Amino acid sequence: MSQPAPTPATAPNGGLPAAERPESPLHASLATFRANRLSLGAAILILVFALIAILAPLIAPHDPADGDLLRRLQPPAWRPDGEWSYLLGCDALGRDILSRLIYGARVSMMIGLIVISISATIGTLAGLAAGYLGGITDTLISRLVDTLLSFPYLVFAIGLMAMMGPGLHNIILALVYKEWVFSCRVVRGATLAARELEYVEAARALGCTRAHIMLREILPNILSPVLVVATFRMAYIIIMEASLSFLGLGVQPPTPSWGSMVADGREHLLEAWWVATLPGFAILALVLAINVASQGLRDAFDPRLRG
Amino acid sequence: MSYSRIAERFLQLVPVLFGVSVIVFLMITLTPGDPVEIMLADQRATEEQIAALRRDMGLDKPLAERFFHFLVNAVQGDFGLSFFHRRPVIDVIAERLPATIELTLASMLVAIMVAIPLGVMAAVRRDTWLDRACTVGGLFGVSMPGFWFGILLILLFAVELRLLPVGGRLGYDYEVARITGMVLIDSLLAGRLDSFRNALAHIALPALTLGLPSAALLMRVTRASMVEVLAADYITFAEAKGLSRLRVLARHALKNALIPTVTVAAIETGALLGGNMIVETVFGWPGLGRLVVESIFARNYPLVQAAVLLYALTYVLLNFVADILYTTLNPRVRL
Repeated sequence: MSQPAPTPATAPNGGLPAAERPESPLHASLATFRANRLSLGAAILILVFALIAILAPLIAPHDPADGDLLRRLQPPAWRPDGEWSYLLGCDALGRDILSRLIYGARVSMMIGLIVISISATIGTLAGLAAGYLGGITDTLISRLVDTLLSFPYLVFAIGLMAMMGPGLHNIILALVYKEWVFSCRVVRGATLAARELEYVEAARALGCTRAHIMLREILPNILSPVLVVATFRMAYIIIMEASLSFLGLGVQPPTPSWGSMVADGREHLLEAWWVATLPGFAILALVLAINVASQGLRDAFDPRLRG
Repeated sequence: MSYSRIAERFLQLVPVLFGVSVIVFLMITLTPGDPVEIMLADQRATEEQIAALRRDMGLDKPLAERFFHFLVNAVQGDFGLSFFHRRPVIDVIAERLPATIELTLASMLVAIMVAIPLGVMAAVRRDTWLDRACTVGGLFGVSMPGFWFGILLILLFAVELRLLPVGGRLGYDYEVARITGMVLIDSLLAGRLDSFRNALAHIALPALTLGLPSAALLMRVTRASMVEVLAADYITFAEAKGLSRLRVLARHALKNALIPTVTVAAIETGALLGGNMIVETVFGWPGLGRLVVESIFARNYPLVQAAVLLYALTYVLLNFVADILYTTLNPRVRL
């Protein structure tokens, strides 16, 4: 039983004509989001990155791991000695930068999505339990959250990666270990507020179980802040993955990652600026798009969160 | 805020500090694989050597006993020997720490000097091109990966314009006697203005790299708080009294609007410590952050463990200071 939407008094057999039917909160929020052209543009850009990541094997002009030492540090096509078949030039091992950027989008988006999905699920469940059950459950979860928040994020992730060793699975684990606390805090706060509302009281009076109240009553009503927080946290996770890969602690070669591509290019900054700078533009474009889209989502779904 | 409230708030830190120690202890203990074998992986150690190291690290003892020893030793500043340097970990950290503190303070100075004027101007000229430019700049600031921004600055100011050095802390031709370990301060104390100028040129790019993204955050906070203050009745009253706009801003608005900025700046200083690892690596800055990254690859775990604990403790204490500052500056807030 979720919070009842206002129903018009005259709604026999199918209700009012479409034009007069009151708009649902979801539709209203989506309409607000669509009206914000900048956020909509950013959302489209994210979609383009997602398509690039999915279709990487079809659209990448070359094998990202295939090096040709004769093309070592070859400049982009628009510069002297550049070639249009290697649009963005080649790195120190003669690998096509554009193809590596395309495959790198897979790593960034995949890690971002996996980390945020697992963290938001754990954080939401923990936040619901802490906020609704209270008592010892709340104390334990809140103390754990406080403790994890006591570590600067990068220090925590670097510490864990140092101990676990680099690699895709470990980077996901290292980020999830801390990331869940952010959605947990938001959900706990929202649950504490919702716990006292009438619809929850009503569910309790009807004899619903605690699990039912948390998952079927409260959760649907607090999903919008979870969504907003998850979106803007994803931008942060992508930067974290790139930073760890830059330090050599993230995804390992030959898998291309934007962060490790910048690190490789740093060695040849004086002779070939494009190797280090181009992957950075990709990171900036994706993170910027996610940040702009998340601002739009925040304004549309939860105006109370506006800064 | 009374001393008893501060003491009470400080006592609330105890469980958090305990939790931090547990996590740092577990980081090395519960990770998959045998830490001793991982540490000696490349060194063809004999069974006896592995057993001896395991004994030295106390890995043959029960978990609870090991944690107790870790805690007792940590309180005394004893984190064991740095394998690589063959010296106590705490000595190696103490040697590198001033460089990191110096860079963090310089970065925070950059952040504050950029954020406060821009945040105030954006609020005063709300919804103008300046406000929008600040918003866009702020978005770029929080979206830019620090390591890449550092590389762009190197390309522009060091490679193209040749205005600033690529990395390091002080030119080879300069030498400053170590007093505080912070080269800028030591140069001034020794009256060496040439070294001071050289150190300033070296710290400029890393401080900008680390400070500007923080400036983006502080600017947003300053702007939001200034907008709120400017709408308050006492500002209207001050203007109605005939005070000049500048006087109203400087004497009445800014004082109150800066409370959240100061608080966030204290918290952000702790967060900068994490960013230091990246920026120190990019600029070859010989601080604690770079030492930690080097130690990871050298499998120098005791040093990594001690540094992570130190970073976390500093972060907790800076958050505590932020709480106290916020309450002291704003008496309406009670912890």
